Amino acid sequence: MLTVILLLWPVAAALLLHFFKGGAARVAAFGAALVEFVLAVYAALTFNVNHSGQFSFNHEWIASAGINFHVGMDGLSLLLVLLTTFLVPIILLASYRRNIENESVFYALVLFMETGLVGVFTAQDAFLFYFMWEVALIPIYFLAGVWGGENRAKVTFKFFLYTIVGSLFMLAGFVYLYFQTGPAASGLAAHNSDIASFYNLNLSVQEQSWLFWLIFAAFAVKMPIFPFHTWQPDTYTESPAPATMLLSGIMLKMGIYGCMRWLLPVVPSGVSQWQNLVLILAIIGIIYGAIIAIRQQDVKRLIAYSSLSHVGLMAAGVFSLTQIGLQGASIQMLAHGINVVGMFFIADAIERRTGTRAIANLGGLTRQAPVLTVCFLVLLLGTVALPLTNGFVGEFLLLAGVYEYNAWMGAVAGVTIILAAVYLLRMFQRVMLGPDSSFTATFTDLTGAELAVLAPLIVLVFWIGLFPNMFLHLSEGSVMNILNEVVKR
Amino acid sequence: MNSIILLSVLGLGNLFLGFLRSNRLLLPAAMLMLALVFGINLIDWNEGAQPFFNDMLVIDNFSVAFTGVVVLTTFLLLPFSQKYVRDGQANLAEYYSLLLFSLVGAVMMVAYNHLLMLFVGIETLSIAMYVLAGSDKRNLRSNEAALKYFLMGSFTTGILLFGIALVYGATGTFQLSQISFAVQNPINDSLQPMLYIGMLLMLVGMGFKVSAAPFHFWTPDVYEGTPTFFAAFMSTVVKAAGFAAFLKLMVQVFPAASAQGVWLPTLTAMCALTLLIGNVGAVAQTSVKRMLAYSSVSHAGYLLIGLVAFNGQLEGASANGIFFYSLAYSVATVAAFGVLKLVADQRQREDYNGLNGLAKTNPLLAFVMTVAMLSLAGIPLTGGFFGKFFIFSAAVENGYIGLVVFAVVMSMVSIYYYLRPIIAMYMRNTDVTTDEPIHVTSFQSAALFLLALLTMVLGVLPGLLSGIL
Repeated sequence: MLTVILLLWPVAAALLLHFFKGGAARVAAFGAALVEFVLAVYAALTFNVNHSGQFSFNHEWIASAGINFHVGMDGLSLLLVLLTTFLVPIILLASYRRNIENESVFYALVLFMETGLVGVFTAQDAFLFYFMWEVALIPIYFLAGVWGGENRAKVTFKFFLYTIVGSLFMLAGFVYLYFQTGPAASGLAAHNSDIASFYNLNLSVQEQSWLFWLIFAAFAVKMPIFPFHTWQPDTYTESPAPATMLLSGIMLKMGIYGCMRWLLPVVPSGVSQWQNLVLILAIIGIIYGAIIAIRQQDVKRLIAYSSLSHVGLMAAGVFSLTQIGLQGASIQMLAHGINVVGMFFIADAIERRTGTRAIANLGGLTRQAPVLTVCFLVLLLGTVALPLTNGFVGEFLLLAGVYEYNAWMGAVAGVTIILAAVYLLRMFQRVMLGPDSSFTATFTDLTGAELAVLAPLIVLVFWIGLFPNMFLHLSEGSVMNILNEVVKR
Repeated sequence: MNSIILLSVLGLGNLFLGFLRSNRLLLPAAMLMLALVFGINLIDWNEGAQPFFNDMLVIDNFSVAFTGVVVLTTFLLLPFSQKYVRDGQANLAEYYSLLLFSLVGAVMMVAYNHLLMLFVGIETLSIAMYVLAGSDKRNLRSNEAALKYFLMGSFTTGILLFGIALVYGATGTFQLSQISFAVQNPINDSLQPMLYIGMLLMLVGMGFKVSAAPFHFWTPDVYEGTPTFFAAFMSTVVKAAGFAAFLKLMVQVFPAASAQGVWLPTLTAMCALTLLIGNVGAVAQTSVKRMLAYSSVSHAGYLLIGLVAFNGQLEGASANGIFFYSLAYSVATVAAFGVLKLVADQRQREDYNGLNGLAKTNPLLAFVMTVAMLSLAGIPLTGGFFGKFFIFSAAVENGYIGLVVFAVVMSMVSIYYYLRPIIAMYMRNTDVTTDEPIHVTSFQSAALFLLALLTMVLGVLPGLLSGIL
């Protein structure tokens, strides 16, 4: 039941938000998101690691087709629900000082999207999953398209088309799987779409082989994995900061999560057949993203490409099909979410003060803004995966997983750490250090509200870095279950 | 049956109301009549099959459900005729009466059990539409549309009639069940070719009425010339009734394997062609109205998939799919045409740029249009998604995977043109012709709100209506 409340609360809040105007809407939205976070924390505190599928709720949805409204959480879902509900208030707070037209609509869309995201992470029914997947997409399209930059119409259109085409392939795959299932234990329909029956299908190797690509298409676009990534840098750059944070901090994880939950255990032979290819694509993405990031002149674009590189590593870890790799992916989803949201926030703070994002125009911010510099440095080192930060735990486990699968691939993927250090430290040097530029003469340090956004992120950078077991412990059972399903068949 | 009697009587009554010379009374009266018909119609629900006129008409759940769709659609459409009321349109009573009479035709089309009733129903519906297409009589385009629709329509009526005659010649009866029996147990093999030709000619006639390719060519021109209000009626009511009749024809009359061998490949080819022409044609349009016309062709294609994938009975997955799809499509299309009419009436333009900045001037209109477009594109949270989902599932279940894949690719194409109005409304700025807010009465707002709500209810709780047949 708790999951249902987690799903319904943001929608209800979004609808109620229409009665608030201007500043009141901002406060109300933030309050609602905070309540949602408290609920998620309550779920985490009462969560029993030794049981799978908790807080579940199963009710008929489309009885005639055997489709149920089935939601529930295991450790992996819980981690991502925590991430979502934690980041949404942060993102709302981050847009606190911005002048947003039609504020109540903007915040309502963010809350509405939160429902979609929580739904994706908790759905236990294939059609519910697809439904929520699209529910999360529609608000972000409007967030990016209505409040975005100059080229927004064109860029968001491309983004929408890419994702929807990917999703339709996934839907086609799900429909095929649906017709392979038998009737549910209770119910009159001839088929059902519950995750458990998808896990228990007897599919031939050949079927799995093409089903793999149908289902993977949606996840590959969403992550995005090379070569399905071309929408990503433009969309990240053109979207307003809160939308970029939602996209990179949370939405990207839908793809990784989808692979872990709906791809590996459902078509394991298909996965083992294409595992090598996906790993190669992921590793190309890692190197390619990093090399392009080095050449970027725009702070936001640089972070976008860095994100592309990092998500490649997560994909590689997942497709290594090792426990350590999957565990690495689950903790790296958290770490990356925190770091990338922080980085985009700082990029946005700089842009708002100077009116430029071009690295060449910036320089010498350290002297005017020491607090901002420190915050930036911490998040940056987290991204570079310095030991004791959150990024290190994830990247170490991921690389170990890839290494376990294939030592050569592990070695090539490991280059990401070096390259990340190259482009991120170089950016830091040119933006924060060095001589002043005309744009930065009147630069001011972080305000209290901005610090309030960054402080929890920075706390988490160290918290996850120092005590990763608290989080790894949560996902361990789920990861083992997923791998058992893969091995079973 | 009650609904046919009531619609005819109320249609006549409505004509007499016109003598009062007060248009203000007409709209509420017409809506009240339709609400009454909608309610009375539901009384027959689950009453079993009731035959009338020597079994020429049969009222069963199938006909009640589709009657509900067409009456509801007309009811929700009526508020958009308010401009006629305000402008003191002299012929308003006639317009409303023609709509009510054409609904009689629609009800006959969904309830027929005898080919003559099908023919009478189609003609009752069509003749009213020929008149309404030309109702803007000072507009050359409207005249052209009426003439085109009338000439083409009467020509295909002839073909349909010819087909009916040949089928009669081959089987000796007009009664659906008897034809079906005769098709399955042919007495004289030499008559089989005649039967098949008759069947295919009927297919042509029906294909024209629902604007399926290659008999769709009239659609864009006629829609463009027809006043928007009647174009909306044409693309929803005519299509829903037409598909119900089409489904009944194929499922009840020609389910025999030998007959299927002839019409099924034809229909499959028509279906693929309709999807292709409808979707690709819509991409090239600059006028929203023409885009909606091509979109209506493409939706005929999706509905045809439901026909192709039928499983031999009127209660099966594909009949339910067609019912759900018609409802979701009708609601979304009425919403789209309704918004377009309001915008076009004031801004005097029907292209995409005419919608620029609508989100800023009229958030409600923009929202409703968005919901309608997302529903037509088949994106979740709207009824259109589940409509497509049910139809595609029925087709996959019956093994038409290739056709479904093609339809899915085509609906990817459709996203391109359905997003264009959204982009115009939300992401483009107003210019001189578009910066004034559109005047919307509270009556119309309520109707638009209801349409959007209905689309979303169908999209969130499809279980309410998905398996009722």
